[in-house]
Amino acid sequence: MVQRRKFIKALFALSALALVPIKAFAAMWNTLAFQATKLQEAMAALQISNVTLSNDIQVIAPDKAENGAVVQIEVTSRIPNTESIAIFVENNPTALIANFVFGEGADGFVVTRIKMAETSDVLAVIKSGNRYYSAKKRVEVLENGCG
Amino acid sequence: MAENMRMRAQLKGEVTEVKVLMTHPMETGRRKSDFGDFISANFIQLVSATIKGKQVLEAQWGTGISKNPYLTFHLRGAKVGDIVRVSWTDNQGKTGEGEVAVTLA
Repeated sequence: MVQRRKFIKALFALSALALVPIKAFAAMWNTLAFQATKLQEAMAALQISNVTLSNDIQVIAPDKAENGAVVQIEVTSRIPNTESIAIFVENNPTALIANFVFGEGADGFVVTRIKMAETSDVLAVIKSGNRYYSAKKRVEVLENGCG
Repeated sequence: MAENMRMRAQLKGEVTEVKVLMTHPMETGRRKSDFGDFISANFIQLVSATIKGKQVLEAQWGTGISKNPYLTFHLRGAKVGDIVRVSWTDNQGKTGEGEVAVTLA
Protein backbone atom coordinates (compact mmCIF):
# COMPACT_ATOMS: atom_id res chain seq x y z
CA MET A 1 0.00 0.00 0.00
CA VAL A 2 2.76 2.41 0.98
CA GLN A 3 4.65 1.38 -2.11
CA ARG A 4 1.70 2.19 -4.32
CA ARG A 5 1.16 5.55 -2.64
CA LYS A 6 4.80 6.43 -3.25
CA PHE A 7 4.46 5.42 -6.86
CA ILE A 8 1.37 7.56 -7.36
CA LYS A 9 3.07 10.53 -5.68
CA ALA A 10 6.07 10.14 -7.96
CA LEU A 11 3.78 9.95 -10.96
CA PHE A 12 2.10 13.21 -9.99
CA ALA A 13 5.46 14.91 -9.45
CA LEU A 14 6.62 13.80 -12.89
CA SER A 15 3.52 14.98 -14.71
CA ALA A 16 3.77 18.35 -12.93
CA LEU A 17 7.36 18.69 -14.13
CA ALA A 18 6.36 17.87 -17.69
CA LEU A 19 3.73 20.62 -17.68
CA VAL A 20 6.02 23.41 -16.49
CA PRO A 21 7.82 24.31 -19.74
CA ILE A 22 4.53 24.40 -21.67
CA LYS A 23 2.75 26.54 -19.11
CA ALA A 24 5.65 29.02 -19.01
CA PHE A 25 4.73 30.30 -22.47
CA ALA A 26 1.57 32.27 -23.02
CA ALA A 27 1.74 32.16 -26.80
CA MET A 28 1.96 29.21 -29.16
CA TRP A 29 4.58 29.26 -31.88
CA ASN A 30 3.14 31.10 -34.87
CA THR A 31 3.54 28.42 -37.57
CA LEU A 32 1.82 30.46 -40.28
CA ALA A 33 4.08 33.49 -39.78
CA PHE A 34 7.30 31.49 -39.64
CA GLN A 35 6.50 29.36 -42.69
CA ALA A 36 5.55 32.32 -44.87
CA THR A 37 7.98 32.75 -47.74
CA LYS A 38 6.90 36.30 -48.61
CA LEU A 39 7.49 39.26 -46.31
CA GLN A 40 3.90 40.50 -46.68
CA GLU A 41 2.44 37.10 -45.75
CA ALA A 42 4.69 36.82 -42.70
CA MET A 43 3.67 40.31 -41.55
CA ALA A 44 0.00 39.56 -42.13
CA ALA A 45 0.27 36.39 -40.04
CA LEU A 46 1.57 38.53 -37.17
CA GLN A 47 -1.35 40.96 -37.68
CA ILE A 48 1.08 43.72 -38.62
CA SER A 49 -0.49 46.49 -40.71
CA ASN A 50 -0.13 50.22 -41.43
CA VAL A 51 3.56 50.28 -40.66
CA THR A 52 5.13 53.73 -40.24
CA LEU A 53 8.84 54.32 -40.85
CA SER A 54 10.45 55.69 -37.71
CA ASN A 55 13.74 57.38 -36.88
CA ASP A 56 13.31 56.31 -33.27
CA ILE A 57 14.31 52.77 -34.21
CA GLN A 58 17.92 51.93 -34.83
CA VAL A 59 18.96 48.77 -36.67
CA ILE A 60 22.68 48.09 -36.42
CA ALA A 61 24.06 45.45 -38.78
CA PRO A 62 27.21 45.16 -40.91
CA ASP A 63 27.17 46.78 -44.39
CA LYS A 64 28.78 43.62 -45.74
CA ALA A 65 28.63 40.11 -44.32
CA GLU A 66 31.35 37.71 -45.51
CA ASN A 67 29.37 34.73 -44.27
CA GLY A 68 25.58 34.81 -44.18
CA ALA A 69 25.48 32.06 -41.55
CA VAL A 70 26.19 34.51 -38.74
CA VAL A 71 25.14 38.15 -39.07
CA GLN A 72 24.86 40.12 -35.85
CA ILE A 73 21.82 42.40 -35.65
CA GLU A 74 21.13 44.97 -32.94
CA VAL A 75 17.73 46.68 -32.69
CA THR A 76 17.07 49.61 -30.35
CA SER A 77 13.62 51.18 -30.09
CA ARG A 78 13.19 54.56 -28.42
CA ILE A 79 9.46 54.43 -29.11
CA PRO A 80 7.59 54.68 -25.78
CA ASN A 81 5.86 51.51 -24.66
CA THR A 82 7.64 49.21 -27.11
CA GLU A 83 5.87 45.87 -26.71
CA SER A 84 7.68 43.77 -29.27
CA ILE A 85 10.38 43.70 -31.93
CA ALA A 86 9.95 41.46 -34.97
CA ILE A 87 12.93 40.89 -37.28
CA PHE A 88 12.45 40.05 -40.96
CA VAL A 89 14.85 39.30 -43.82
CA GLU A 90 12.95 39.87 -47.05
CA ASN A 91 15.12 37.68 -49.30
CA ASN A 92 15.43 34.66 -47.00
CA PRO A 93 13.55 31.40 -47.79
CA THR A 94 11.26 32.30 -44.89
CA ALA A 95 11.11 36.02 -44.11
CA LEU A 96 10.36 36.06 -40.39
CA ILE A 97 13.45 35.51 -38.25
CA ALA A 98 12.18 36.18 -34.75
CA ASN A 99 9.61 38.03 -32.67
CA PHE A 100 10.65 39.31 -29.25
CA VAL A 101 7.89 40.31 -26.82
CA PHE A 102 8.92 42.42 -23.83
CA GLY A 103 7.39 42.38 -20.39
CA GLU A 104 7.45 45.13 -17.80
CA GLY A 105 11.07 45.76 -16.78
CA ALA A 106 12.61 44.97 -20.18
CA ASP A 107 13.80 47.63 -22.65
CA GLY A 108 12.88 47.62 -26.34
CA PHE A 109 16.31 46.36 -27.23
CA VAL A 110 17.74 43.13 -28.58
CA VAL A 111 20.97 41.78 -30.06
CA THR A 112 21.03 38.45 -31.86
CA ARG A 113 22.78 36.64 -34.71
CA ILE A 114 20.85 35.59 -37.79
CA LYS A 115 21.24 33.67 -41.06
CA MET A 116 20.98 35.45 -44.39
CA ALA A 117 20.69 33.62 -47.72
CA GLU A 118 21.56 36.62 -49.87
CA THR A 119 21.83 40.41 -49.91
CA SER A 120 18.68 41.84 -48.37
CA ASP A 121 17.13 44.47 -46.19
CA VAL A 122 16.90 43.52 -42.52
CA LEU A 123 13.61 44.91 -41.30
CA ALA A 124 12.66 45.55 -37.68
CA VAL A 125 8.98 46.11 -36.87
CA ILE A 126 8.05 47.52 -33.46
CA LYS A 127 4.61 47.22 -31.86
CA SER A 128 3.46 49.96 -29.51
CA GLY A 129 -0.20 49.91 -28.54
CA ASN A 130 -2.07 49.29 -31.78
CA ARG A 131 0.58 50.96 -33.91
CA TYR A 132 3.47 49.49 -35.86
CA TYR A 133 6.75 51.23 -36.64
CA SER A 134 9.70 50.04 -38.68
CA ALA A 135 13.28 50.65 -39.69
CA LYS A 136 15.58 48.72 -41.99
CA LYS A 137 19.20 48.21 -42.86
CA ARG A 138 20.65 46.79 -46.10
CA VAL A 139 23.18 43.99 -45.61
CA GLU A 140 25.25 42.78 -48.54
CA VAL A 141 25.86 39.04 -48.19
CA LEU A 142 28.86 37.51 -49.94
CA GLU A 143 28.24 33.87 -48.98
CA ASN A 144 24.87 32.16 -48.53
CA GLY A 145 24.29 31.28 -44.90
CA CYS A 146 21.15 29.23 -45.20
CA GLY A 147 22.77 26.12 -46.71
CA MET B 1 21.94 22.54 -17.55
CA ALA B 2 25.26 24.29 -17.71
CA GLU B 3 26.22 22.47 -20.93
CA ASN B 4 23.60 24.05 -23.15
CA MET B 5 23.70 27.66 -21.98
CA ARG B 6 26.19 30.32 -20.89
CA MET B 7 24.84 33.49 -19.28
CA ARG B 8 25.97 36.76 -17.77
CA ALA B 9 23.86 39.54 -16.20
CA GLN B 10 25.69 42.77 -15.39
CA LEU B 11 24.25 45.86 -13.75
CA LYS B 12 25.53 48.96 -15.58
CA GLY B 13 24.01 52.08 -14.08
CA GLU B 14 20.24 51.59 -14.29
CA VAL B 15 20.34 48.89 -16.92
CA THR B 16 21.14 45.23 -16.46
CA GLU B 17 22.67 43.74 -19.57
CA VAL B 18 21.86 40.04 -19.95
CA LYS B 19 23.93 38.05 -22.44
CA VAL B 20 23.01 34.49 -23.33
CA LEU B 21 24.81 31.95 -25.49
CA MET B 22 22.87 28.73 -26.13
CA THR B 23 24.22 25.50 -27.59
CA HIS B 24 21.91 24.32 -30.36
CA PRO B 25 22.41 23.14 -33.99
CA MET B 26 19.54 25.31 -35.37
CA GLU B 27 19.02 23.08 -38.43
CA THR B 28 16.65 24.62 -40.97
CA GLY B 29 15.59 21.33 -42.57
CA ARG B 30 16.78 22.67 -45.94
CA ARG B 31 20.41 21.56 -45.53
CA LYS B 32 21.69 18.30 -47.04
CA SER B 33 24.11 15.89 -45.40
CA ASP B 34 27.20 14.54 -47.19
CA PHE B 35 25.01 11.64 -48.33
CA GLY B 36 22.57 13.92 -50.09
CA ASP B 37 19.59 13.50 -47.77
CA PHE B 38 18.02 16.40 -45.93
CA ILE B 39 18.99 16.95 -42.31
CA SER B 40 15.73 17.26 -40.40
CA ALA B 41 14.73 20.62 -38.97
CA ASN B 42 15.91 21.10 -35.41
CA PHE B 43 15.62 24.63 -34.06
CA ILE B 44 14.60 26.59 -30.99
CA GLN B 45 11.05 27.96 -31.28
CA LEU B 46 10.34 29.55 -27.91
CA VAL B 47 12.58 31.43 -25.51
CA SER B 48 11.48 32.84 -22.18
CA ALA B 49 13.34 34.97 -19.64
CA THR B 50 12.34 35.77 -16.08
CA ILE B 51 13.82 37.82 -13.27
CA LYS B 52 12.95 36.82 -9.72
CA GLY B 53 10.31 34.57 -11.29
CA LYS B 54 8.59 37.40 -13.21
CA GLN B 55 8.51 37.07 -17.00
CA VAL B 56 10.35 39.86 -18.82
CA LEU B 57 10.89 38.46 -22.30
CA GLU B 58 9.17 35.94 -24.52
CA ALA B 59 10.55 35.26 -27.97
CA GLN B 60 9.45 33.13 -30.89
CA TRP B 61 12.20 32.05 -33.24
CA GLY B 62 12.25 30.57 -36.73
CA THR B 63 15.03 28.78 -38.58
CA GLY B 64 16.77 32.10 -39.33
CA ILE B 65 18.53 32.37 -35.99
CA SER B 66 22.18 31.29 -36.26
CA LYS B 67 23.58 28.04 -34.88
CA ASN B 68 24.44 28.32 -31.17
CA PRO B 69 22.08 31.28 -30.69
CA TYR B 70 23.30 34.49 -29.12
CA LEU B 71 21.02 36.96 -27.38
CA THR B 72 21.42 40.20 -25.45
CA PHE B 73 18.59 42.06 -23.74
CA HIS B 74 18.30 44.89 -21.22
CA LEU B 75 16.40 44.92 -17.93
CA ARG B 76 15.53 47.83 -15.64
CA GLY B 77 15.00 47.80 -11.89
CA ALA B 78 17.13 44.72 -11.27
CA LYS B 79 19.38 44.50 -8.22
CA VAL B 80 22.64 42.68 -7.60
CA GLY B 81 21.86 39.09 -6.64
CA ASP B 82 18.52 38.91 -8.50
CA ILE B 83 18.25 35.66 -10.44
CA VAL B 84 17.75 35.85 -14.20
CA ARG B 85 16.53 32.64 -15.74
CA VAL B 86 16.29 31.75 -19.44
CA SER B 87 14.66 28.67 -20.93
CA TRP B 88 14.02 27.41 -24.44
CA THR B 89 11.95 24.77 -26.22
CA ASP B 90 12.77 23.49 -29.70
CA ASN B 91 10.58 22.03 -32.46
CA GLN B 92 11.44 18.50 -31.34
CA GLY B 93 10.21 19.21 -27.81
CA LYS B 94 13.65 19.38 -26.22
CA THR B 95 14.23 22.07 -23.61
CA GLY B 96 17.18 23.91 -22.13
CA GLU B 97 17.57 26.36 -19.32
CA GLY B 98 20.10 28.39 -17.41
CA GLU B 99 20.19 30.95 -14.66
CA VAL B 100 22.60 33.54 -13.34
CA ALA B 101 22.66 36.14 -10.55
CA VAL B 102 22.96 39.83 -11.46
CA THR B 103 26.47 41.15 -10.74
CA LEU B 104 28.01 44.62 -10.86
CA ALA B 105 29.79 45.34 -14.13
